Amino acid sequence: MSQGIWPAVLGRFDWTALPFVLAWDNPTASEIIGAGAASVVVIGAVVAVVLITWLGKWKYLWSEWLTSLDHKKIGVMYIVLAFVMLSRALIEAVLMRMQQADAINSSGFIAPDHFSQLFSTHGSIMIFFMAMPFLTGVINYVTPLQIGARDVAFPLLNSVSLWLTGGAAGLMMVSLVVGRFSTGGWSGYPPYTELAFSPDVGPDYWIWAVTLGSIGSTLTGLNFAVTIYKMRAPGMHLMRMTLFVWTALCTSILMIFAMPPLTVATALLALDRYLGFHFFTSDLGGNMMNYANLFWLFGHPEVYILILPAFGVYSEVVSTFSSKELYGYTSLTIATMAIAVLSFTVWVHHFFTMGQSADINAVFGIATMTIGVPTGVKIYDWIWTMFRGRVRFTVPMLYSLAFMMTFVIGGVTGIMLAMPPLDFLVHNTLFLVAHFHNMLIPGLLYGMLAGYHYWFPKALGFRLSEKWGRIAFGCWVIGFYLAFMPLYVLGAAGMARRTQEVFEPAFRPWLYIAGLGALVLLAALAALFVQLWLSIREREANRVTAGDPWDGRGLEWSISAPPPEYNYAVIPQVHGRDPFYAGKRKGEFYAPAAHYHDITMPKNSMTGPVIGFVGAAAAFGLVWHIWWLVILGVLAIVGTVIARSFARDVHRTIPAAEVAWTDMMWLQAVADATPIPRQIETTSANQGLAEIAT
Amino acid sequence: MTRPRGPGRLFAAAPLLLLGGCDALRLGFLNAAGPVAGGERHLFIIVSIVMIFVAGPVLLLTPIIAWYYRLSNKNSDYRPEWEFSWPLEGLIWIPPAGIVIGLAFLLWTYTHRYDPYTPIRSTLPAIEVQAVGLDWKWLFIYPDRGIATVNQLVIPVGQPVHLSLTSGTVMQSMLVPQLAGQIYAMAGMTTQLNLAADWPGTFIGENTQFNGMGFQQQKFAVVAIPADNYTRWLERVRQSAQPLDAAAYAQLFEKSAPASPIFYSSVPPGLFQNILAQSRAGTPQVTQ
Repeated sequence: MSQGIWPAVLGRFDWTALPFVLAWDNPTASEIIGAGAASVVVIGAVVAVVLITWLGKWKYLWSEWLTSLDHKKIGVMYIVLAFVMLSRALIEAVLMRMQQADAINSSGFIAPDHFSQLFSTHGSIMIFFMAMPFLTGVINYVTPLQIGARDVAFPLLNSVSLWLTGGAAGLMMVSLVVGRFSTGGWSGYPPYTELAFSPDVGPDYWIWAVTLGSIGSTLTGLNFAVTIYKMRAPGMHLMRMTLFVWTALCTSILMIFAMPPLTVATALLALDRYLGFHFFTSDLGGNMMNYANLFWLFGHPEVYILILPAFGVYSEVVSTFSSKELYGYTSLTIATMAIAVLSFTVWVHHFFTMGQSADINAVFGIATMTIGVPTGVKIYDWIWTMFRGRVRFTVPMLYSLAFMMTFVIGGVTGIMLAMPPLDFLVHNTLFLVAHFHNMLIPGLLYGMLAGYHYWFPKALGFRLSEKWGRIAFGCWVIGFYLAFMPLYVLGAAGMARRTQEVFEPAFRPWLYIAGLGALVLLAALAALFVQLWLSIREREANRVTAGDPWDGRGLEWSISAPPPEYNYAVIPQVHGRDPFYAGKRKGEFYAPAAHYHDITMPKNSMTGPVIGFVGAAAAFGLVWHIWWLVILGVLAIVGTVIARSFARDVHRTIPAAEVAWTDMMWLQAVADATPIPRQIETTSANQGLAEIAT
Repeated sequence: MTRPRGPGRLFAAAPLLLLGGCDALRLGFLNAAGPVAGGERHLFIIVSIVMIFVAGPVLLLTPIIAWYYRLSNKNSDYRPEWEFSWPLEGLIWIPPAGIVIGLAFLLWTYTHRYDPYTPIRSTLPAIEVQAVGLDWKWLFIYPDRGIATVNQLVIPVGQPVHLSLTSGTVMQSMLVPQLAGQIYAMAGMTTQLNLAADWPGTFIGENTQFNGMGFQQQKFAVVAIPADNYTRWLERVRQSAQPLDAAAYAQLFEKSAPASPIFYSSVPPGLFQNILAQSRAGTPQVTQ
């Protein structure tokens, strides 16, 4: 295909870019796994298309979901994306653990080339396409509800953000089927990722997937900062916002300031690779140290972008399931803001080993330890919230407790790594890998899962199975300890991360335990899917239409489950913190409004899906040097934006009578529901109406 | 004695497995064999002890409070509107801040004392070694002795070693866990690392920064031997008549992981500086 018209049409594509062809030519276990993974993507896509066609759901999917500008639906789609990507990246993690357990003085079943793609995709996906969509989804769903708004400030932009992220995730999936992914890890350090050392398409897939995703995240940050500043219901002062909204605000601010350095870093690397620039090359004045600084100028605040929303979820969950006001609201908000600001002052600790002076290392080491103080304060605030409360051990609460105890262990090793002399010993080893998993699994994944269980009944109208939730919880916790505690030992023994083959028989028992842990974590994910399946099947028995299954505190619990498109029939007036908890005890809720008004909501728009799709197509063209596709894609994006700006009919009015009727129907359901005490909230008796204890 | 069967056998094997596990730590800094790793281990122990007082209260209070204030415990106090207390607030802000201030002094001192660039105090002069990270091997040049080795760093026991590092390829990171912490090696730039061994032995060194398909094989041995043996070793290498000539040099820059160490009886003068200059100028030296 090196002659004639083909290079112009297909760029540098070649049949050997298909894993199926590679596996046919060279049927080793490693290549067959590669082809198998590609088949799963292809078959999965085909099955999805066939299934939707067979069920005749294309129109429904397009008009109710894909083109929707409703923040709730966008939030749900983000979370669906997160679960899909979590499944892939977790399977990759299991493969790596199995390889290391198998490859002790033997080459194992995964070749170095595939192994290095595995750790690169695992990290990139977990951060950019699992964690980010998950937290963005939860923020999307919950924030407007909690501040008493009908939507976000820029609903169309919200859809564009979703679809840029979706397009980027799609590009990650395509890289499994066409060509190969980067072998340079999730941080893509040059000069290894420069053309001189990685001339293949891998780093280009990484660059464009991350670039699309980071633009989406920057837009999300802008959107939610404005939403929280400008769209709060009357009376919802800043110091009356829920802690979750505070953390959403901090995360949005961090996104605005931290994502651009990443976009710049990947763009400069792209200039190096496409146009022969020398920003980060070893020669001709380039310097990779600039990349390290730019990347971690994003990378460290990113850690707090990931963790702060989880802190917000824990604040909601611990307070709700302790039936008690959050302890130290003011100190929690101060601690949150302090963490957000300090997160910009510590990035050098990711490369203490780059040769800068001891003074610089010491300053950044001390700054790093300083973050431990507000973080510790938060943990104690949650403990004091349970103190003199009535604690219910529901699934979200179990995740919160597991988080507090596990996160503090990660904090301990974090203080160790903040000490430059100790970092020198264990940097780039499995100790570091254990540390950041010890922060992110409790600090992000448990938090998002707690939020998923907590708000699922609000979003879908029925509770998730408590039993399977507990099984999944047990597996996530046991699996975590089994999989990552051994890595601390191995790292302290000097085992480097990203190692495809191991030459120390003494590492064997620890690698076996870690491998077992990875399998338990896979079982945890499977349990979540079983739970979802069973809960959907038994949904009629577990409906909570009245909308308040947990005796909730924030405004989001004061409306039906699921909420109407416009959230609030009448925008609520807020008189204090925990407005719903206090208000329902004074009989202020569950009453029809005096007047209902017409509500104007944004109409669906295909702008988001189109921009996401052609953006991903242009990125694919860039990866493969298919220039006509790049030009068409970019023109299509510009054209879509121009076309949209001429659209005048972008709003839809819901008549007051319809709003009133919907509200009456819900109030009837509330009247029919039996108020239940907290002891039986996890049974079918829970219809979403809380008994008000006197 | 009868051998345990079935599950009993597994139980009998468990302690063996754990013993085998502790074996792993022998390879790390906890089994430090030099003053730098030894000092860093000392810091590790201090920090670990302090951390018991940081993590301990959370690990105890979380389950105790959650369980005591469970919904079904009718005897526990319930104060749903209690949400603040100045004494408690002081308790959660001041001691952690105090601990961090204390640790900051410790951090400042140890960071300067064990900075990779800080020379090791000794009555003996430091041995100069230049290390070049290649794909996927380490070249060690002894500039004062005019010899070089690949994947084996031989040093005399008790004498400080001063390493200057660079990379002939992508970024790498040199770590000898039992002797000293790591430092990056970057093309066109020089970093430094000081280390020493307190007793004879062979210590594993490695590159910890992923640099391609042979990364996992990029290990080397640091062999610490008594001073007189070291002199004899230098002599033996010098007489081995395997110079680092143009052919050997070209071979070094090929992507490969040699199966066993290589010893060169002579090196062209200024090799290290040449590699640095070549990296900066972009002279092609890496075969694709």
